[in-house]
Amino acid sequence: MISAGVPAPGFTLPNQDKEEVSLADFRGRKVLLIFYPADFSSVCSDQLSIYQEVKPELSEKGVEPIGISVDGPNAHKAFREKLGIDITLLSDFEPKGEVARAYGSYLDGPGVANRTLVLVDEDLNVAWTYESPTPGEFPGANIIFDALAS
Amino acid sequence: MAELSSAPVPPVGPDDHVRGEEAGLIVYADLGCPHCAATWAEIAARPAGIAFRHFPVASKHPRSPALHGAAEAAGMQGAFFEMVDSLYADRGRVDDPHLWERAERFGLDLERFERDRRSDAVAARVRRDFESGIRAGVAGTPAIFDACTLVAVREREF
Repeated sequence: MISAGVPAPGFTLPNQDKEEVSLADFRGRKVLLIFYPADFSSVCSDQLSIYQEVKPELSEKGVEPIGISVDGPNAHKAFREKLGIDITLLSDFEPKGEVARAYGSYLDGPGVANRTLVLVDEDLNVAWTYESPTPGEFPGANIIFDALAS
Repeated sequence: MAELSSAPVPPVGPDDHVRGEEAGLIVYADLGCPHCAATWAEIAARPAGIAFRHFPVASKHPRSPALHGAAEAAGMQGAFFEMVDSLYADRGRVDDPHLWERAERFGLDLERFERDRRSDAVAARVRRDFESGIRAGVAGTPAIFDACTLVAVREREF
């Protein structure tokens, strides 16, 4: 898992609408990278639904949440529609998991990203990270706000 | 905007909706959640008291805010748990006319029910519970606390 205090690895990935999104686009803002295993899984559904509910509070603190998984853009689009969320989802599909690997989040066995949070600051440095003990657990939104308060 | 950093789950207070003499369990639940409905059927029959706290996840269950508003408005006329029980027992009938039918069946003042369920005060009351759940680390519904310690969450696969 990547550590706080180092430059965040740059990337350009397609979003759910197949538009390219780069980490560098967020320079000057905070971005919360939400690595998660798979669209439509029950835990990922709960995680993103609950983060959606606190998105106004994140926005108030200047934080843009971005989901990243190895699913393709079409799956992301359907997943967003099913959940009724507007969090941007990026596709780490090809080369598979390349960005998750760069952040030390990739799980070789199941071939997905582990459930990992990475807060990137305005200068594109890693400010804080959290990795779930297992992909089946996800951190409550409270720990994000703890990190922002510290 | 509310502070959402970590905080212990608040102990049961006079503003809580409590079924039974004394609340042994605190349940954060979503009235639009099928898993909560199944769990409610099991725990509502227990002799131990239960405090019900609102945890609507609107993006996942778009009717949830309306249902929690209806429960809260029913509670203002003394019928909170009648509404909760009914909403969980008959999940296919949760549109507005179904809420009005329930309000009439429970003998509520329908005009007041309509006014209350859409009020800012009710929305704030529901949100207060939701925020306390977020601060306590609730990461899915139902989440059940015993003496303010999380004791049960739904099993899920990633």
